[in-house]
Amino acid sequence: MLCCVCKEKEAKVHLTQIVGDKMQKVDLCEGCAAQKGVNDPAGFSLADLLLGLGATQEAEQSPAGGELKCPNCGFTQADFKKAGRLGCSECYVTFSEGLDGLLKTMHKGTKHMGKVPHAMQQSRELSDRLKSLQKKLDKAVTEEDFEQAASMRDEIKATKEKLAALATN
Amino acid sequence: MNLHEFLLSPDESARREGPHNKIVMSSRVRLARNIKGAAFPGWAKKADRIKTLDIVRPAVESLPQMADHFSETMDNLTLLDKNILVERHLISREHAAKNAGSGLVFNREETLCVMINEEDHLRMQALRPGLQLKQAWQAIDQVDSKLEKKLEYAFSPDIGYLTACPTNLGTGIRVSAMLHLPGLVLAEQINQIIQAVNKLGLAVRGLYGEGTEALGNVFQVSNQMTLGEAETDIVERLSKVLSQIIEHEENARGTLLEKKPKTVYNHIGRAYGILANAHSISSKETMNLLSLMRLGVDLGLFPDLDRAPVDELFVVTQPNHLQKRYSDKLTAEERDLLRADMLRERLRTVSRPKPKPTPPSSGAEKS
Repeated sequence: MLCCVCKEKEAKVHLTQIVGDKMQKVDLCEGCAAQKGVNDPAGFSLADLLLGLGATQEAEQSPAGGELKCPNCGFTQADFKKAGRLGCSECYVTFSEGLDGLLKTMHKGTKHMGKVPHAMQQSRELSDRLKSLQKKLDKAVTEEDFEQAASMRDEIKATKEKLAALATN
Repeated sequence: MNLHEFLLSPDESARREGPHNKIVMSSRVRLARNIKGAAFPGWAKKADRIKTLDIVRPAVESLPQMADHFSETMDNLTLLDKNILVERHLISREHAAKNAGSGLVFNREETLCVMINEEDHLRMQALRPGLQLKQAWQAIDQVDSKLEKKLEYAFSPDIGYLTACPTNLGTGIRVSAMLHLPGLVLAEQINQIIQAVNKLGLAVRGLYGEGTEALGNVFQVSNQMTLGEAETDIVERLSKVLSQIIEHEENARGTLLEKKPKTVYNHIGRAYGILANAHSISSKETMNLLSLMRLGVDLGLFPDLDRAPVDELFVVTQPNHLQKRYSDKLTAEERDLLRADMLRERLRTVSRPKPKPTPPSSGAEKS
């Protein structure tokens, strides 16, 4: 089998990766493998394919600057490529663009459908309530129903206080 | 407290009963959680890991579910102790490799075990004998709800609980069951089953989890996807698949007995013969043969033997359990001799398998 990059020498490095139900195979000669940085099978991890940083693409990327770095923990895209894991919870914001495609290939969906911490749940409910109260208030004002407006205003005040109390806890 | 005084004896542990435990050895639900803003354990510096451990460990210890607990940092456990915990399926191999800055808390009944600073800040798991996925989920859900009051989790309303590896993102849940499937292996149907299960987005792994061999015909089935689906849906889906696998295993056993009784008796008789008479035997061979003995017990071929002593042998013949019992300086060859001695002694009073004149239907078996 010939190397699929130089198509001259015999391929000695064979990589197979399965992502979802798709299988990708790359056969390289030793020279090309070293050049593409895939001579270390441990270093050529899932993250490459998943972040769309295939060996070939990566070689074309300019090594100089512009690399994303997490402001919270200093983790870089290269670190992710090496480890296949992220540095901290903030990394999900820092690298969100590259992660989107990755999440699509590995999960059922990209929106969380499960458990929500209780405090988070409460604040979500309160802010939803605040929005609907605000709408009712606007409607009452346009309709000049001042009694209704006054009671909405009081409820909004109370809800805002509850939200503030949650945030300080 | 001394780990070995706290751990259930293998005998006690093997005698715990659960639904369908002829085929389902245990159920497990684990949740991955992290502390907001703190670097994940794999990236955090030692001082930061210790800081996180010092926040998380007291919170876990104070849980009502942990009223009677064992708690230790990983640097205070010997390598042998850590490996024994792996052989008991209480911690992962990855966690056994940890030292300062990582910790472990588990309860007296060994139904709740929390690894601190494994791949994530918290890996909490509920364990149950037999098929009890729903119960395990409810138990760990309660623990999690208690902990979220004391710890500030890294959570995003859009993508859920944030984990070190994106494969655990969202619910951070891994629901799994350990299955004993000798019938499907003997009937050569196991690969079809594995493929079918994989197609449903579930993973099939070996005895010690990720990247391990299916020794002793024991397979772990678990969900892979954690985002885009609610926990209860994942539990429900896995439960359905498991009851199908149980049915296939029972059918395979029934068909084998009906169509090829001699093959089945031959395998079980030989397994008994070797285990009861060998003078040197490896851990791998022991597990594979014990699996056949366990099948023999299920099929009623050993009237004077229960499943529990066989399950106990599964545990105590593992390399690190032998090291602990005799000496931690044993070579593999010495272990093989001691393992064979132990098996001959334990099986001395067990009479050889008695094939039944008419094969029983799978439903009439002792469960």
